[in-house]
Amino acid sequence: MADDIKPRLRVPTSARKGEVIEIKTLVTHPMETGQRKDGDGKIVPRLIVNALAVTYNGKPVLNAKLEPAVSANPYLAFFVKVEESGTLKFTWTDDNKQSWTAESKIEVA
Amino acid sequence: MAASRLTRRTALAGSWAALAGTLAARNAFATADQARDWIGAMAKGTPKDGKVVLKTPEIAENGNAVPLTVTVESEMSEKSYVKAIYIAADGNPNPGVAVYEFTPLSGKAEVSLRVRLQQTQKLVVVAEMNDGALYTASREIKVTIGGCGG
Repeated sequence: MADDIKPRLRVPTSARKGEVIEIKTLVTHPMETGQRKDGDGKIVPRLIVNALAVTYNGKPVLNAKLEPAVSANPYLAFFVKVEESGTLKFTWTDDNKQSWTAESKIEVA
Repeated sequence: MAASRLTRRTALAGSWAALAGTLAARNAFATADQARDWIGAMAKGTPKDGKVVLKTPEIAENGNAVPLTVTVESEMSEKSYVKAIYIAADGNPNPGVAVYEFTPLSGKAEVSLRVRLQQTQKLVVVAEMNDGALYTASREIKVTIGGCGG
């Protein structure tokens, strides 16, 4: 299951200096809440993506901490202000400390 | 004989207690106070109304994925910015939903996400400014089909 997990991004590739751009992210992940029971009545252990960290050229932009109340395949949209060309880096971490990263370059004209 | 009957009765009583325990656990939802406490543990102080805008559907047909947008009306400069947004729900098994931490680089304190809601309940959002001021907003959402996989 954990191998199918894939982050998806929607980030503009270019922007004007000082522009505030919208970033949309989604990571395919079941987000087991730890509340659900399987066919044998056993509780399925909690396994969620609990954090997303976003940096731009190494500087922190946003840190999100997620709880089981966030839906499966967590979709998160937010904004970033770009002053110079650079790379946005995204890191998702789950309860097993497994992490996934993605990068996106933005060209500032 | 008497001893064995006693044992059986004891065992039976025990299983009833266990059953009652399970039922109680199933119905144990967070309360408004717990939602406030969950936020209060991270954001110290008394939040004022205002600045925070919570956009959600009034009625959510599917509690598994309820779209939610939180906007804080504030500039995002080095001097004055929104440090964090705390989102809690008062009718889920656990009160916490998400915490966002911003920097002036965020440009705009607005986030969208999808949340699970077990039943009709109130969402509470608290925004913390870099000077420690707290603002809050809340909104009730009617849920037709709950979404916590119970």
